[in-house]
Amino acid sequence: MSTRALRACQLLSPAAVFRHTVLLATGALILVPFVWMVSLSIKPPGEIFRTSFSFWPVQFYGVENYTKAVTQAPLPRYLGNGVMICALILALQMLVCAPCAYALAKLRFAGRDTLFGLVLIGLLLPHQVLSLPLFILGYQIGILNTYAALVFPYVVSPFGIFLFRQFFKSMPDDVVHAARLDGLSETAIVWKIMVPTALPAVIAFAIFSIVSHWNDLFWPLIAVHDQSLMPPTLGIMVFKSEEAGTDYGPLMAAATLVVLPLIVAFLAAQRWFIEGLAEGAIK
Amino acid sequence: MREPRASTDACHELSSRDGASTFRCPAASKALGRGLREALAAWILAGPSVFFLLMLYCLPVIGVFVIAFTNWQFGAATLSFVGLANFREVIADEDFRSSLRNTAIYLLIVVPGTVSLGLLIALLIEGGKSCRSFYRAIHFLPFMATMSAMAIAWEALLHPTIGLVNQTLSAIGMPAANWLRDEHTVLLALAAIGIWQNLGFAMVLFLAGLKSIPKDIYDAADVDGADLWLDRLRTVTLPMLGPVSMFVVIVVALRVFASFDTVKVLTQGGPGHASEMLLYTLYRESFEYLRAGYGAAIAVVFLAIVVTLTLVQAHLMDRKVHYQ
Repeated sequence: MSTRALRACQLLSPAAVFRHTVLLATGALILVPFVWMVSLSIKPPGEIFRTSFSFWPVQFYGVENYTKAVTQAPLPRYLGNGVMICALILALQMLVCAPCAYALAKLRFAGRDTLFGLVLIGLLLPHQVLSLPLFILGYQIGILNTYAALVFPYVVSPFGIFLFRQFFKSMPDDVVHAARLDGLSETAIVWKIMVPTALPAVIAFAIFSIVSHWNDLFWPLIAVHDQSLMPPTLGIMVFKSEEAGTDYGPLMAAATLVVLPLIVAFLAAQRWFIEGLAEGAIK
Repeated sequence: MREPRASTDACHELSSRDGASTFRCPAASKALGRGLREALAAWILAGPSVFFLLMLYCLPVIGVFVIAFTNWQFGAATLSFVGLANFREVIADEDFRSSLRNTAIYLLIVVPGTVSLGLLIALLIEGGKSCRSFYRAIHFLPFMATMSAMAIAWEALLHPTIGLVNQTLSAIGMPAANWLRDEHTVLLALAAIGIWQNLGFAMVLFLAGLKSIPKDIYDAADVDGADLWLDRLRTVTLPMLGPVSMFVVIVVALRVFASFDTVKVLTQGGPGHASEMLLYTLYRESFEYLRAGYGAAIAVVFLAIVVTLTLVQAHLMDRKVHYQ
């Protein structure tokens, strides 16, 4: 029997048929909200309100809906805000967390255990619980309703410190000693040796950080009220309440544009995303 | 006479100590110096983290407790200690109790639904060789999709007249419902969205668990005559997944417990208080009604539940290590 015939046999065994049938069915169900969203985003109002199961519209209205979505609401502004906030948060988190993780992993100093305890407490605390005092803190230093308000609670990430510490700890001490003999300062060791070697951890953390902050609605809702400062999650909510659910087409087009960047990135780097997000969610 | 002698003694002692130290000290002081330098470098490197951990985590968590145990209001200059008064008010409040009840019901639907579906899908994916990453990707998609935007898509799906759900139901002769505006169905609808969002996460955790089952146990089961897939599932896979499953239940429960986006975007806790959930109540009382003490008391209750679940999770993780 040729290998192809063998493979066809395996593919058609009852167990395999069962496996593919169930997985295709659940997969299809999972995709329904995405497909329906895209479908509505290319339909004219008349077709949206006419009940039908068809995915593809009789009259293609995508151009009108997407144009309306990016011109009627400041959607490009929201998306730009989202990119900027996520980039700023990630940059600050790396800058603050990596040196601390290196100190915890490779240096001996009084208070190291206390500091690590502090990190573990930070890991344990859900951010929503801290929102009220953080709101007051933001008010006291006068940064509410600015970009700084969206960023400051996330400057340090206990998860980032924890993850990098694990990774740095697994690197041999000889590397550090050799670097010191070469005359590298401790700061240089962090950025020139530790962080580049820990690239998998950096990528996993970056994905976790970007996805969580791109998707976060809770804190932006509290921190800003100017439309020009809003990230996409908050902006689309405002767009929805302004449209009051009557103009579905542009609303769905806007929703598609908000979801799209992460989906595209996910499909391009699936394995990294799953690892990063699963690790981040377990902690 | 005595004094000089004493001083010569002292001198002698000093010089002998000095001699000893010249004999031994360069290394010691160098080591001490290196230790100090290392500690100094460590504190400089960790300094920003220490500062921000204290400012953004420790101070706020103390703040929450202080606010919860006092009568402080937003903008007030003074505060006084009121003991458990805020907690008494919270517990006596019918709205809070219904919020707690709704959260419990929501958890009791979403967690078992998510975990069992996640397990089923993981078993099926791992059960064959083809299309693994394709199926994994599809099922994981909702976990990372922006929920506030996807909630809008769900609203369209659940729309009473033009929604796909009701169209399908009426096409097969089932009664339709106004899912998000009916107090009897709203929690169910939100729970369905919750399962949709999280089952890919449970699936990934189970896939990792399945990979960690040693192959020789399956071989042993083969020798013992467990050659059918179902036999192997019953005798090896499920028992071996026991500890992992408990862990998945807790981790998923922690995520589901913090559900907020769907409530905020789709129902605002309504109709009535039928879909009011803990985190949404916390948000509304603290930031819409600006009842700081009340909101902080809810935050403390929320924190207590999360910490309990996390400690159980940590305990399970320790046990898992022992199993291996």
